Amino acid sequence: MIRAACLLLALALPLAAEERRSGYDDMTPELQQMQDDEFSNPGMLWVGEGEALWSAPAGAGDKACADCHGDAGDSMAGTAARYPAWDDELAAPVDLSGRVNLCRRRHQQAEPLERESREMLALTTFLTFQSRGQPIAPPEDPRLDPWRAEGEALFGTRMGQLNLACAACHDDNAGGHLLAALIPEGHPTGYPQYRLEWQDMGSLQRRFGNCLFGVRAEPFAPGAREYIALELYLKQRAAGMAVEAPAIRP
Amino acid sequence: MTTMINVPETAAKGEIVEVKVLISHPMETGFRIGMDGARVPRDILHALVATYNGVEVYRVDIRPSVSANPFFAFHLRAEESGEVVIAWTNETGQTFAETRPITVT
Repeated sequence: MIRAACLLLALALPLAAEERRSGYDDMTPELQQMQDDEFSNPGMLWVGEGEALWSAPAGAGDKACADCHGDAGDSMAGTAARYPAWDDELAAPVDLSGRVNLCRRRHQQAEPLERESREMLALTTFLTFQSRGQPIAPPEDPRLDPWRAEGEALFGTRMGQLNLACAACHDDNAGGHLLAALIPEGHPTGYPQYRLEWQDMGSLQRRFGNCLFGVRAEPFAPGAREYIALELYLKQRAAGMAVEAPAIRP
Repeated sequence: MTTMINVPETAAKGEIVEVKVLISHPMETGFRIGMDGARVPRDILHALVATYNGVEVYRVDIRPSVSANPFFAFHLRAEESGEVVIAWTNETGQTFAETRPITVT
């Protein structure tokens, strides 16, 4: 009875920062330690590779990221925490991977990187690492609001043969179980993240694709507008939670 | 190949220190079937040996069940300044080595 009342109360109130749970909070102490120790966190391998790419010249422009942006520790601190952000030229929001490829095209005259390629994951992991520990801070840009609304609508839309919406698990049944797996609240605090199941690093869009595949829906194309809208909504939903990347998840 | 090796730079004489080794490697088991229906060839690390001033202090015989990007940790007693060499062998028999100095005070 008390539990039911608590549940009702929790549903009635908007979740404050301290009431929301990152997937980190529900991991075993061993996995938490693996994430916290930079010498045992395999994601740090990608951070190291990204750091090398940051100062490696690329494309016809023969320019490195560092030639414009300098030391990433200064110029990129907090950047990933506010992405996706608006791009004036595209008149649309772009996520961090999209921004990397725009920079490659506009300033380096280089070929775009594939979203799940090792290079892209290394660069975005390195960039997001510069915001580790900082709160997720979505920009207060009214141009992003329609996109966030679209993302919220998608989050509540039932999809696939199993006819499940994101919200059916991550809002209504968070903390419950799908077989042995705990259902997290679905806050994108740790991406790009290393999943032990994948034995690899993956982006938030890879995770979206996994969930869509899981409900037997057709995943959207990499970089699709739907993914960007969903990410915008989820970042808003997770605003104020700490960036954990590179996170470890089972 | 990216590696992350942590040997404490300094240690007191007689102190027991932890050495951590993380190696970027796919550790393909050789048991998986690829999208083309063919078996994905095995590609694993086979041995990892650590020496401290020339003396072997740690050896692992690695098999296919070890995960991708393997992590190894072991302890050694710091007796004198010198170097710790971590060497490992890949599927084709190539050996890679990384050296880290340690100063004992």
